[in-house]
Amino acid sequence: MEPVLEIKGVSVSFPGVKALDEVSFSVGKGEVVGLIGENGAGKSTVLKVLNGIYQPDSGGVFVDGAPVRIASPRDAFDKGIAMVFQEQLILPSLTVAENIFLGREEEFLRYGLISKSRMNAAAADELRKVHLEVHPGRRCADLTFADRQMVEIAKALSLDGRIKGDVTILLDEPTSMLEKKEIDLLFGIVEDLKQRASIVFISHRLEEVLAISDRVYVMRDGKVVFETPAKDATVKALHQHMVGRQLHHEYYREARQAAPTAVPVMEAQGLARRNSFSNVSFTLHEGEIIGIAGVIGSGREDLAKCLAGHKPIDAGTLKVGGKLVSFRAAHDAAACGIGLVPSERKTEGLVATFSVAENMTLAALPKFVSNGMIRFGDEEKIAHDWIVRLKIRTPSVRTKVGSLSGGNQQKVVLAKWRVAGVRVVILDHPTRGIDVGAKEDVYELVRDMTAEGLAVILLGDTLEEVIGLSSRILVMRDGEIAATFDAARGKKPTQVELVGYMV
Amino acid sequence: MACCGRVFTPGRSVSHSGMGVALSRASVESIPLWTRWRSWTPVAVLLALCVLIRLFSPNFLSLSNLVGLLNSASIPLVLSMGATFVILMGSIDLSIEGIVAVTAVLVSLLVDNDVSSYSIGLFAVPIAILVGGAMGFANGVLHVKLKIPSFMTTLGVGFAGIGIATTVLGGFTARISDQSIRFLSLGRVLGLPVAAWIAFGAVLLSFLVQERTRLGRWLYAIGTDEMTARHAGIPIEKTRILTFTIAGLFYGLAGVLSVAQFGQGHALISQGRLFTTVTAVVVGGTSLSGGVGSVLNSVIGVFVVTILANGMILMGVAPYVQQGVQGLLIIVAVTLALDRSRLDVVK
Repeated sequence: MEPVLEIKGVSVSFPGVKALDEVSFSVGKGEVVGLIGENGAGKSTVLKVLNGIYQPDSGGVFVDGAPVRIASPRDAFDKGIAMVFQEQLILPSLTVAENIFLGREEEFLRYGLISKSRMNAAAADELRKVHLEVHPGRRCADLTFADRQMVEIAKALSLDGRIKGDVTILLDEPTSMLEKKEIDLLFGIVEDLKQRASIVFISHRLEEVLAISDRVYVMRDGKVVFETPAKDATVKALHQHMVGRQLHHEYYREARQAAPTAVPVMEAQGLARRNSFSNVSFTLHEGEIIGIAGVIGSGREDLAKCLAGHKPIDAGTLKVGGKLVSFRAAHDAAACGIGLVPSERKTEGLVATFSVAENMTLAALPKFVSNGMIRFGDEEKIAHDWIVRLKIRTPSVRTKVGSLSGGNQQKVVLAKWRVAGVRVVILDHPTRGIDVGAKEDVYELVRDMTAEGLAVILLGDTLEEVIGLSSRILVMRDGEIAATFDAARGKKPTQVELVGYMV
Repeated sequence: MACCGRVFTPGRSVSHSGMGVALSRASVESIPLWTRWRSWTPVAVLLALCVLIRLFSPNFLSLSNLVGLLNSASIPLVLSMGATFVILMGSIDLSIEGIVAVTAVLVSLLVDNDVSSYSIGLFAVPIAILVGGAMGFANGVLHVKLKIPSFMTTLGVGFAGIGIATTVLGGFTARISDQSIRFLSLGRVLGLPVAAWIAFGAVLLSFLVQERTRLGRWLYAIGTDEMTARHAGIPIEKTRILTFTIAGLFYGLAGVLSVAQFGQGHALISQGRLFTTVTAVVVGGTSLSGGVGSVLNSVIGVFVVTILANGMILMGVAPYVQQGVQGLLIIVAVTLALDRSRLDVVK
């Protein structure tokens, strides 16, 4: 089949990580192409190259066989490519119609003024395509999350009929926040759209991808590792290509997973936060890793933030080391020996313009102060110790942390809490956006911590990571614990078992 | 309400779209009652203020006082229209006093006056407005091209303006005797001051720009989330420069009205205008972080600020106490308007 959209040998690098490595990928006319892979495999990056957000460092983009430069999403739009983003790009302060036609108002201009009635009528046409019954004049802030997702899709579909030539719609995990009913609706739309457009579809749910796609690409570590017609593929085979490892337990250092002790360090009883989670109870022991699984919106991110004192808890009791505690701010939690390794490493975990040493002592600076002055010698000495212990690759203790690779940055965040002497480490997506080798280092460090008696709460980057590392797994759904799994060494639950409780 | 949904409904439940993913569904779907009420607080404050002042001073609702109120609200109204656009975009404009000073001095020297020999009458008006626009354009270009925060560039342009105005007149005052200019403030049409009609026209024009032009739409988009706006192909830089230029045009007009009102031009003619304008915009409910608010909100804000000042005079409050009250007002207004639950970092 003649490809309408193609990339050949495209590489994209970000500081510290190679996001795409010589990736080639094509979409045929009227074809639905599935793109799968673990988080950080490079799927979204491929779509963002096609949509003009990232420019390839090398390799080329081709539309209808001709090389093109896609300068921006708007440029992509004019070339017949529209994208539905994983993180919604709907502006809440604008109306539905205003969002759909943002940046393309010229169609509705008369004497320089926008005709709202014509714009609303055109928007109503687009909304009909996605079977969304909201008034185009309503502000998006008043819409539900799912409805906004549909507006986002309608915005992409508005390309259809507005440009000459072929239309390609890029869907980046459009289903992750939708209910079953809405997903079925979306699939109906995709089926319908195949007559007029080509589609690239990213999803975590392999069954979903197989059901809807004609062809499937599997990505891993920034490379395309497998390509197959969907009809020849099985979930199991795809999964193996995604992971690319037969011996998971070795990857996650399962052999080092020790049975937790009977000494409780954190006891939660009936924790609740309004509009987020409720009735969360668990006991975390020394040397234990509790993994929390759940989709976005399950409340697990908020729970992690509450346990670390970043957000207040509305109800329930929390004991740390047998003592009742309540946190007004993160430093209260830190004082109780709880440290959060946040998912937004660069903005929440580190001060990029500080040196390695300054970042490491950030949470425990009073320990390094005498007479109001920081003792630089002691600071450098302890930083040096942790650089050696955690095998951090940095030119010196005074190197700015922003210039290190993602994996080494994450080690600095871990060192920060180790210097502060925490007993409980909350890991929120600890391996997001770091290279495979560095991931293994992080897993090694997590096992080191538990071996020393620290307790860990883990919000894994992937389900596999949660299963591989944890000794117990809480599955959250709609803000409540839907199931608890024991995950002792050699007796791990499967992803399918967990997913059943997640959605 | 659907046609102008933004007006008076700042919708504080709004999430930054980039964070949409991180929000739990429940918090998106349910808009607390208080949030919906909060958007009407500026109007409530205005009404409460009127009732309060009326209690202390029966004179407040007299025709002559109301006309006087309109007269003194005219210049703040014109200024706040420009400032609202800038603030909706998420920027700030501190050059108000400088631009008003330059344009006022310019007008006073171009019409019949006791310093220069020019006398071009009403032709001075478009010239002053254009000079205001040019200074606004400078604000925008410096801000966008040199990537300097608008806080800094407008502060600089504003001070430069005061400097220019002072230098030109050497610190003296130019008294004007041009009746066509004085008419803009002293004249009455249908019983109302001409300045009030001009301010009314400025508000209408601004509302039209806000609601019915691409520029208006794009201001909101940029103020809400610049990245999304950029992805949509909106020419961010042009829009920013154009907005600062339009704001400058309004300040130029306010410079003309200042000369008309005082019958003179000097470098300090605009003293205090920056504070009242920003206060009015914020008290009206337009968010300093951008994307939320409306020029109509600012109209309410201007009347709150003007009536408060007027009321304090009627009640015989000492001038320095009045200043203190206005300072408190802006803090109270921001306190009422801000949704702290979504603010993790305050700078």
